[in-house]
Amino acid sequence: MYDSGKIITGLVIFVALFASPFILNVGGVAPAAPQPSLDTPAIKDMETPVCVRDNMQQNHMQVLDLWRDSVVRKANRTAPGINGQLYEMSLSNTCMDCHSNKAEFCDRCHTYAAVDPYCWDCHVEPPKEGTES
Amino acid sequence: MLEKALTGDKKYWGWIGFLLLLITVGFGAYLRQYTEGLTMTGLSRDVSWGFYIAQLTYLVGVAASGVMLVMPYYLHDHKAFGKITILGEFMAVAAITMCLLFVLVDLGQPMRMMNMIIHPTPNSVLFWDMVVLNTYMFLNIIIGWNVLQAERKGVHYQAWVKPLIYLSIPFAVSIHTVTAFLYAGLPGRHFWLTAIMAPRFLAGAFCAGPSILLLIVFFLRKFTSFDAGQKAIRSLAVIITYAMILNVFFLLLELFTAFYSQVPGHMHAFTYLFVGLHGGYNMVPVMWASVILAVIVLVLLIPAKFRNNDKILVPALIMLVLSTWLEKGVALVVTGFIPNPLEHVNEYLPTLNELVISVGVYAVGALIVTVLYKIAIDVKAEVGDVAH
Amino acid sequence: MKNDRRHFLKAAGVATIGLAATATAAEAGIADSALELVFGPKGAAPYADAKTATRWGMVVDTRKLNAESMEKLIEACNHAHNIPKLPLRKPHDKFNKDEIKWIWEEEFENAFPGQMNEKLPPKITQNEVLVLCNQCASPACVRVCPTKATFQRADGIVMMDFHRCIGCRFCMAACPYGSRSFNFKDPRKDGAIAETNPEFPTRMKGVVEKCNFCAERLAKGLDPACVEACEHGEMVFGDLNDPESEINKVLRNNYTIQRKPEAGTKPQVYYIV
Repeated sequence: MYDSGKIITGLVIFVALFASPFILNVGGVAPAAPQPSLDTPAIKDMETPVCVRDNMQQNHMQVLDLWRDSVVRKANRTAPGINGQLYEMSLSNTCMDCHSNKAEFCDRCHTYAAVDPYCWDCHVEPPKEGTES
Repeated sequence: MLEKALTGDKKYWGWIGFLLLLITVGFGAYLRQYTEGLTMTGLSRDVSWGFYIAQLTYLVGVAASGVMLVMPYYLHDHKAFGKITILGEFMAVAAITMCLLFVLVDLGQPMRMMNMIIHPTPNSVLFWDMVVLNTYMFLNIIIGWNVLQAERKGVHYQAWVKPLIYLSIPFAVSIHTVTAFLYAGLPGRHFWLTAIMAPRFLAGAFCAGPSILLLIVFFLRKFTSFDAGQKAIRSLAVIITYAMILNVFFLLLELFTAFYSQVPGHMHAFTYLFVGLHGGYNMVPVMWASVILAVIVLVLLIPAKFRNNDKILVPALIMLVLSTWLEKGVALVVTGFIPNPLEHVNEYLPTLNELVISVGVYAVGALIVTVLYKIAIDVKAEVGDVAH
Repeated sequence: MKNDRRHFLKAAGVATIGLAATATAAEAGIADSALELVFGPKGAAPYADAKTATRWGMVVDTRKLNAESMEKLIEACNHAHNIPKLPLRKPHDKFNKDEIKWIWEEEFENAFPGQMNEKLPPKITQNEVLVLCNQCASPACVRVCPTKATFQRADGIVMMDFHRCIGCRFCMAACPYGSRSFNFKDPRKDGAIAETNPEFPTRMKGVVEKCNFCAERLAKGLDPACVEACEHGEMVFGDLNDPESEINKVLRNNYTIQRKPEAGTKPQVYYIV
């Protein structure tokens, strides 16, 4: 092999760099995945605390995507929830009415999963708890 | 063949390093624009397209001009172009890459670029522009690379390349036609709403593109072993001359229609260009510079005695490139927005950040041209095609 | 022989995959999800009390407008849609180049460039008029949009899907009325939105926006914000296809003009001058 010294050195550096996150974390323990907090006044007041749709933790991205197309493009702004009642398909107004704790309900998991959805660049956040507006 | 680009003298690497530096600086400027938004540009609610889209328009022409070599060589068997056809094809690749980058830096939400493919919309000219630009780019990469590789191996290129070559001819015309349709189909913009927009674009392209190519050919003759040959240079100079005559003729046609008809909407933009309108004069020096240069170019190119003298031809080509760039790469896009639909004159000047980004994009194009030309010339030197 | 065996194996394979797919689909509700992907959320419907029409239109009675009422109507729109107010950058500037406008004042000659003549009575030409998106029946902006981010609803409203817009600004070049604005920067920056209306989103930088005839208010049975703010019927809003609607009565009894009818976009906003 030509230049075997250079090639092998290069490979070693590459492998070391590439594997550094794993090597540096050997023996470490991954922090537990946070659970979204359901501790809000609106949810506590509910007799049977159920959400508008099933399996929201897994599917909320797809559901929100369906909702926004339905509301903006088809002008169908309401849909029946699992209890049959009609809900407005609105992130700011329906979801956040109950889940008024954005920091504990949305941000905590999103930070953990290192995703940065841009919902709140446009949609208006619920007022922070305690600062009644 | 790519390995040819990895060997070179100090000058070559110095030039590559310089281009990489420009690209880095341009990218830094783009990051600023990406975080702050297009407020970093001189664009406004009234002039919503500016320097970026104007460069796109100009460079589409440069890309399309490759056909002025491909057509005579492959269709009319004009052997003199045999050596430089590859240069035209590779220049098209670089030009289209720059076009696509100029669109990208102009987008408000570049991360959503793929929406054009996820939600294809055939009634939008921009959709078709994307289709023809990308197709033309891939055609040129495939054709150029295969023909060059065949030449290196001393064989005729494969049979399946031939239909692609024929296909690339209508595609060259289509990229500039479709780009003209971006402008020529808009109901509220009198300046652009003209059926000769596409012919004007093509005429401008067929003089400006080959001029840039010819200037590169002169450069290569001086600094490398590559000589395109007298016959090719003379033929190309004739093509450039006729295209430039048409280009100027088409502009005069526009002026006649606007000012003989006296329709206000048609006159406004030209008034703005040549004498200014309602206190807006930014484009007046640009347009006059373009016109004066164009006249000088015609005087220098039309008489064969001047045209056949390289000492006159080279400065004439430089002035031609400058003249067409001022007209198509600066004035044409901006003036379409002035006056605005409510007949207010709100002007536009690019900002420094906008220009730095543009220089970065041009540096990417120059880098691609450099690398591809380096490969082509080294291959030709290897097979002994350059020595005379 | 060989051929037959291959066919058999192929058929068997397809059948197995098909069966498996059906079983899994039934189990996980994939069929439901697929249906929702195509047709939208199951059972989705407009509000029961939504205002509906087959062709929304508007009449602007410029005779009744004055500086004060125009400002009020504009303010109502700006507040309803979280439109940022951007100050002039330099004192002698005519406008802020990043400004956003949905409905605004223009001189008569600017709003109706082809219909101006010097001998028109001053009471017509000296009055400012309100201009907004014409909600064209044949909209150039929709024709040019490469992603269908701007589209026309069945009731004629030309909508913006801010989620989909890539910010190419082709629609701004296409609009013959200058009705579209681009978010050159984040509209929330520097407190440009004095008081946020939680019922409507703000926008993010890099998307185009314009008047939407208050589609979000119609959906809830309300009139557009500007129409609601009218005290003397300066603006009349209604269904152009309903002969009994108020707007059609107004149109029958008054001479009205449109902005740039020669552009062929068929504006649905009419002006009494």
